[in-house]
Amino acid sequence: MKKRLSALLLGTALALTAASSAFALDKTIKIGSLSDQSGLYADLGGPGSTLAAEMAIEDSGLKAKGWKIDLISGDHLNKPDIGVNIARQWFDVDKVDVIVDVPNSGVALAVNNIVKEKNGVFLNSGAGSSDLTNAQCSPNTIHWTYDTYTLAHGTGTALTKAGGNSWYFLTADYAFGAALERDTKAAIEAAGGKVVGGVKHPLNTSDFSSFLLQAQASKAKIIGLANAGSDLTNAIKQASEFGIVAGGQKLAALLMFITDVHSLGLKTAQGLNFTETFYWDLNDQTRAFSKRFQERMKNHNMPTMVQAGVYAELLHYFKALEALGGNPHDGVKVIAQMKSMPTDDVLFGKGSIQPNGRALHPAYLFEVKKPSESKGPWDYYNLVATIPANEAFTPLDKSTCPLLKK
Amino acid sequence: MQALYAQLLVGLINGSFYALLSLGLAVIFGMLNIINFAHGALYMMGAFCAYFLLNGFGLNYWYALIIAPIAVGVFGMILERTLLKWLAGLDHLYGLLLTFGIALIIQGVFQNYFGSSGLPYAIPSQLQGGMNLGFMFLPIYRGWVVVFSLVVCIATWYLIERTRLGAYLRAATENPNLVRAFGINVPRMITLTYGLGIGLAALAGVLSAPINQVRPLMGADLIIVVFAVVVIGGMGSIMGSIITGFALGVIEGLTKYFYPEASNTVVFVLMVLVLLVKPTGLTGRAT
Repeated sequence: MKKRLSALLLGTALALTAASSAFALDKTIKIGSLSDQSGLYADLGGPGSTLAAEMAIEDSGLKAKGWKIDLISGDHLNKPDIGVNIARQWFDVDKVDVIVDVPNSGVALAVNNIVKEKNGVFLNSGAGSSDLTNAQCSPNTIHWTYDTYTLAHGTGTALTKAGGNSWYFLTADYAFGAALERDTKAAIEAAGGKVVGGVKHPLNTSDFSSFLLQAQASKAKIIGLANAGSDLTNAIKQASEFGIVAGGQKLAALLMFITDVHSLGLKTAQGLNFTETFYWDLNDQTRAFSKRFQERMKNHNMPTMVQAGVYAELLHYFKALEALGGNPHDGVKVIAQMKSMPTDDVLFGKGSIQPNGRALHPAYLFEVKKPSESKGPWDYYNLVATIPANEAFTPLDKSTCPLLKK
Repeated sequence: MQALYAQLLVGLINGSFYALLSLGLAVIFGMLNIINFAHGALYMMGAFCAYFLLNGFGLNYWYALIIAPIAVGVFGMILERTLLKWLAGLDHLYGLLLTFGIALIIQGVFQNYFGSSGLPYAIPSQLQGGMNLGFMFLPIYRGWVVVFSLVVCIATWYLIERTRLGAYLRAATENPNLVRAFGINVPRMITLTYGLGIGLAALAGVLSAPINQVRPLMGADLIIVVFAVVVIGGMGSIMGSIITGFALGVIEGLTKYFYPEASNTVVFVLMVLVLLVKPTGLTGRAT
């Protein structure tokens, strides 16, 4: 008897839900967090970005308002073909609406094309190449956290103006390294410096001694490291071994994340200048978010700017969906809505999104603290300067994005 | 010209890591007939062991140089006793798959707890600094790595090719039953040999900890190159793998100077060329 009753109830309930969803707007969202989950960029994006996405879903409060939000994650192994395959499968089979994170510019540029083809939404936080909002810009893409222009104009300009007027580049041999070197070179030359040479190394190199010797022999005042993750940390560590800094040359870590500083230790990293758009210890709000993040993170890392970016861009995405009321499956429409609203979140502050998809917010020039200045783990940065949003990113009139020519 | 000398020396330094690792692989393959894909993971464990000894027990680099190879070697022997010994006599493929699986598990566990960016490990104070050789600035630590690994390589070669124990070992690979008939405990000898090979990997790990970041994937990045070294040198040939290790380090160093973009591939191009001309490797004999 009891069994039959519950079966009847279940049947009624199912029928009711089916009926109600047929009338209401579609309020289901599927998010795919695509990242390097296991390789050299896993600590700056990876599982931390998925966690950030999870926290954004919770903090948006959309679930309580009847939205159904699913989150899946994938590992692109830093290979564009694998990234493209996952993205295709996500759109075709899993019905994913939005792809977030995607560090590694090579993969990001490839995924960018697929998202456009499938009319999805691409919220990039992890990749650096400024091409995503210039030559390769797309009506389906927003590039949130930083790009090579930011890094070039933060660190490159600051160091050149401080007297470092000759540069030698150590560049990772793929899309990101090339874009970063190009943008930094432009910034250096605009500030009155010159580039005397450079060497391109394969991605994921463990020994930099050959390259460092060449940089040493160039006698350039500044050795610009246009690479990231463990490529960067190994290069810095080995540069100190070869007495490069002691010999009077200065290192410029063009893209450095807090996890890199943590991994190097302050003794090796102290004094390095670099540009980021987020640091956990900026204000009360960033501290509160970061503490929550750290508690839930498996290896108890603080969030990197990439992970913070995933959180912020998703919150803005949810706001846009709320404004639309539902039907989140038309990528161009959602992105247009996102661009039309000013951005405002606890991590990056108030800002806006340019028509080419570039999110604008301030960037910060940091210096790594001396071991004696640090109060404990993760207390690593001194703020040197704040770069206003309009100087941190490509000005709209200089953007080569085809979307702007109408 | 000066730059060339510097690149040659730097190549020699990298070569010493290749030599130490490929030596361990050659010993294991020569004596146990196992293609040990877990070698890179165990090399990484050696480096982590040094890190734990320093930060957990306050034991510095010099202790780590002795303790880490023994500790990781014992771990290797346990692997051999519990897993690998069941594969004796089967096709090489089984050993390869098993050790590859072990490597993935070990790396996964370390990555889960320590992330991918790695941990810092400083150069011991006695070996800090460097000297100016005229054509380059040589960090003392790098010089130490070359000398130390050369000594270890030659000692291992001597142990296997020139001592009574080594003779037993070689005999046991040729004909285990006959050697057993002489009253020698062959299974134990095999376990110890595996432990020795793993110990060499862990030793290389400790040597590299102050140079590279101590990272869960440090071995995975290296192991493929080292396998190419072993293949070029001739599987199972001790001296062959030592010489090829150093030689390939130098060739790679020169590539980094003349055409850096190809520095990751040059070893494999060489491997293809050698295999086309001499399928058993440079010093290998046809069996």
